[in-house]
Amino acid sequence: MGLIARRVEADGIPTTSLTSALSITRSVNPPRAAFLDYPLGHTAGKAKDPVLQREIVAAALATVDELEQPGAVKMLPHHWSRDDDWKREAMLNGDTRSHRSSSPEYQCEADRALAAAAGDCPTCIFL
Amino acid sequence: MRTRDLYSSLGHDPYRWVRNDDSPPWTELVKPLRECRVGLVGSGGVYRAGQVAFHHRDDSSLRVIDTSVPVSELRTSHFAYDQTDARTDPNVVFPLDALHALAAEGVIGELSSRAYAFMGGIYSARRVRDVLAPEISRRLAEDQVDLALLVPV
Repeated sequence: MGLIARRVEADGIPTTSLTSALSITRSVNPPRAAFLDYPLGHTAGKAKDPVLQREIVAAALATVDELEQPGAVKMLPHHWSRDDDWKREAMLNGDTRSHRSSSPEYQCEADRALAAAAGDCPTCIFL
Repeated sequence: MRTRDLYSSLGHDPYRWVRNDDSPPWTELVKPLRECRVGLVGSGGVYRAGQVAFHHRDDSSLRVIDTSVPVSELRTSHFAYDQTDARTDPNVVFPLDALHALAAEGVIGELSSRAYAFMGGIYSARRVRDVLAPEISRRLAEDQVDLALLVPV
């Protein structure tokens, strides 16, 4: 996503990125970012916690006024839990990535039927 | 270094994300946040029920999501993260409700009527740089957004 941030910004639209992967963000080096130290898959907060999600998104958007140095990263103060056990667990759980296949992986079978019934998908952009 | 260590510990070749040591491009925001139209781009593999889901082999396709969609119609399909929470509440990777709330409060001017979703972890940096990034940038410009919020997974 950092590459996209850089392109969009270069084309004249300011960007800010939320990130939970500080090493990747530091490496790809987008113009502005806000780092949230949460497990993968929670870049904008915890499930069913709209107050927290709003706070995190607002903090990310505020970087456009706060950060003046290209490549700066704002560190958000939120902690996932009282301790950092989740980081150890993420390492121990090993590779949870799914197999690589070229057919659409629907969340549920009902979605497959819906997509088939819809026919052409003008909002699906195949690049 | 957590992510790099994880990949190494799993015996995969290290995921070699791009390294940019230069100063990134920079565009100043020209109006106050409260007057800005904000665009959303997320790489959590979000699609709307009725759209084609992502496939899990280097899929670099894009889904255009109408931001008035009920979040209950959003789904996720992604090869690389535990989607349990994202499927319970897609806002955790695609924060539409938060952006609607901030627009209602007047913190931002408005949320753009279109948001964009793809599946992150595309191995080809060239494909992202040469194909996906320009396409997203072009669409954000067409939508006349003043600011883009990017939410990677």
